[in-house]
Amino acid sequence: MPLINIESIHKTFGKLEVLKGVSLDIAAGEIVVIIGRSGSGKSTLLRCINGLEKVESGKVVVDGTEVSAAKADLRALRQKIGIVFQSFNLFPHLTIEKNVTLAPRVVKKVSPDEAKKAAITALERVQIANKSGAYPSQLSGGQQQRVAIARSLAMSPKIMLFDEITSALDPELVGEVLKVLENLASEGMTMVLVTHEMGFARKVANRVVFMHEGKVWEQGAPETLFKSPKTPELAGFINSVL
Amino acid sequence: MLREFGIDDILLLLTGAKWTVLLSLIAFTGGGLLGLMVAIGRVFGPGPLKFLIECYIRAIQGTPLLGQLFLFYFGFSIFGFDVSAWVAISVAMVFFSSAFLGDSWRGCIEAIPKTQWEAADALGMSFVQKLCYVVLPQAARIAIPSTVGFMAQIVKNTSLAAVVGFVDLLRMGQLVTAATFQPLTVYLVVAFMYFAMCYPLSQWSRILERRYNATHQH
Amino acid sequence: MSYEFSFKPVFRNIDLLLEGAVATLQFSVIAIGVGLVIGTIGAATKVWGPKPLGFIVSCYVDFIRNTPLLVQLFVVFFGLPSVGIGLSASQAAIIGLSIYAGAYTVEIVRAGIQAIPRSQIEAGLCLGMGPLQVFRHVIIFPALKVVYPALASQFILILLGSSLVSFISAKELFHAAAYLDSRTFLPFEIYLVVSFMYLAMTLGFRALFYVLGRFAFSGGN
Ligand SMILES: Nc1ncnc2c1ncn2[C@@H]1O[C@H](COP(=O)(O)OP(=O)(O)OP(=O)(O)O)[C@@H](O)[C@H]1O
Ligand SMILES: [Mg+2]
Repeated sequence: MPLINIESIHKTFGKLEVLKGVSLDIAAGEIVVIIGRSGSGKSTLLRCINGLEKVESGKVVVDGTEVSAAKADLRALRQKIGIVFQSFNLFPHLTIEKNVTLAPRVVKKVSPDEAKKAAITALERVQIANKSGAYPSQLSGGQQQRVAIARSLAMSPKIMLFDEITSALDPELVGEVLKVLENLASEGMTMVLVTHEMGFARKVANRVVFMHEGKVWEQGAPETLFKSPKTPELAGFINSVL
Repeated sequence: MLREFGIDDILLLLTGAKWTVLLSLIAFTGGGLLGLMVAIGRVFGPGPLKFLIECYIRAIQGTPLLGQLFLFYFGFSIFGFDVSAWVAISVAMVFFSSAFLGDSWRGCIEAIPKTQWEAADALGMSFVQKLCYVVLPQAARIAIPSTVGFMAQIVKNTSLAAVVGFVDLLRMGQLVTAATFQPLTVYLVVAFMYFAMCYPLSQWSRILERRYNATHQH
Repeated sequence: MSYEFSFKPVFRNIDLLLEGAVATLQFSVIAIGVGLVIGTIGAATKVWGPKPLGFIVSCYVDFIRNTPLLVQLFVVFFGLPSVGIGLSASQAAIIGLSIYAGAYTVEIVRAGIQAIPRSQIEAGLCLGMGPLQVFRHVIIFPALKVVYPALASQFILILLGSSLVSFISAKELFHAAAYLDSRTFLPFEIYLVVSFMYLAMTLGFRALFYVLGRFAFSGGN
């Protein structure tokens, strides 16, 4: 049984059908990079995995829990799935440390001391432990994004989802965030990433999934996929981004 | 000599409401005229005048209208004018309104960008011309929603007239209550009559504000 | 112009007025506190609650905001006994002022809540928080911060409005003033002093809110 099992899901917003029967299995420890043009449904797919969007048909099963079921315990599920967005979405009124300890304290009911220890560990993993007393607005974009990753990691998730997390960053700050992702990958975390960083995809992905018009158009190992795309759509996409 | 609350009482209340409306109109017109002077003096006046006007605004906004009303009511007689409740409440409401309108209009005038003044300068306009033809018309458009909203405040505040014995809607309510001894019914009817006057103003102000934001946000 | 001002009798009885001022502050602070609770719950109901409940809150808010406080106080104090709810003057004053404060606070807090971006709420949900936890830890604090100036102004209006409870014979500053007037027949002097006392209280409130705001909302942006 794969850790994430997606079976022919459909999702529409009003009249717009965004996902038109997407199926995808992701095994524990796998690192999957999703690429595709703007509007192809990449973000929507990620949001369906942790139940932020309800699917109309098909099903999503994560670690044995059916996310798409009407009565799914999303709160329990989301503790296992970390997600980081393009806009960091840190809580502006809390210090870095409080941002990271909040969910462990109120969701997992971890004692303040333990939460603090876990926070320090998480912040060390993203190499930013020295900023724990600062507020988000006092950090650079790259630092904020790393804190956002630490905030998810502090919940000890089984799976991490990343949606274009370097797209809003100044070019010189992208590297530090990718470095953190690489470290996570080498630790064996199951990761699903939407990214336009093709070099990074090549380096760390076990599998690359190309989405086009709401469907998984083509997928495979990064080398084969980038070198010899089977469909003209993927070939065109690769040309446009390289 | 108790009687049932009936249609006659409603008519009595309506005659009270008539005075509430009249008082509101006086307060709004008088307060508006004085408020315009307050706003202009506060923005363009010489330093000491600005300071005095600021004190005036703060004093009125920092004390209860009830206090202002009593000061006028009793103050007039001290200085030898025996004025009716009607005059006292009118004067108090005019000053009260002028401070609020003046303060809010000041903000509207200051919201007009400097470039508008410069453009008018470039056309060789005098100060008064710049003010009347360029700045005030634009400021007025910003001011309309909150001004309409403040009209509802005025209507509600005129209810204080009742406490100095002026027979407005609320005072009439007290009189009818004394005759019918049905305070809950009477005061609820009174409340609905105020509501009927204020709600349209509030809604209108809300719509104007939305419309203004819709055209000026982009 | 033959009138001789005589403030001496007023200042001789200043402790009477000061007691009244303390009562005024008590009424205001209670009304503000209860109003904040009503306002927060009401705003959350309007934004996320079931439609019928939201509608009821809207009716409450619109009704209170579009009728004079004095009339509301009369309904509570003179009206309710006829349906068997007899209240003491100060009970009626507190209830009336709180209902009044709550209605205005609902609208202000709602504006604050709606200023919080959807992505903040999602960030909370994604960490496994429940709706109430998101509200408490993610939304309400930044929301109040956004509307804090408006809230502070509203609270000052409540302080000033509390003067009206003297007309349902609740004992506060204007009530004390009227009593003193009946003994000294110096209404002008008394109400002048009383007005200055209100001015001092509003200035004090302003300073207090400023300090509280600096203290509570320091840090972050
Ligand atoms: N909440 C929503 N309501 C309506 N339409 C939406 C919503 N979310 C997404 N869409 C639409 O669905 C389509 C797919 O969106 P999605 O965000 O999944 O694309 P994407 O592949 O992530 O694109 P991008 O690279 O621009 O992030 C887009 O056309 C978008 O406008
Ligand atoms: Mg996207």
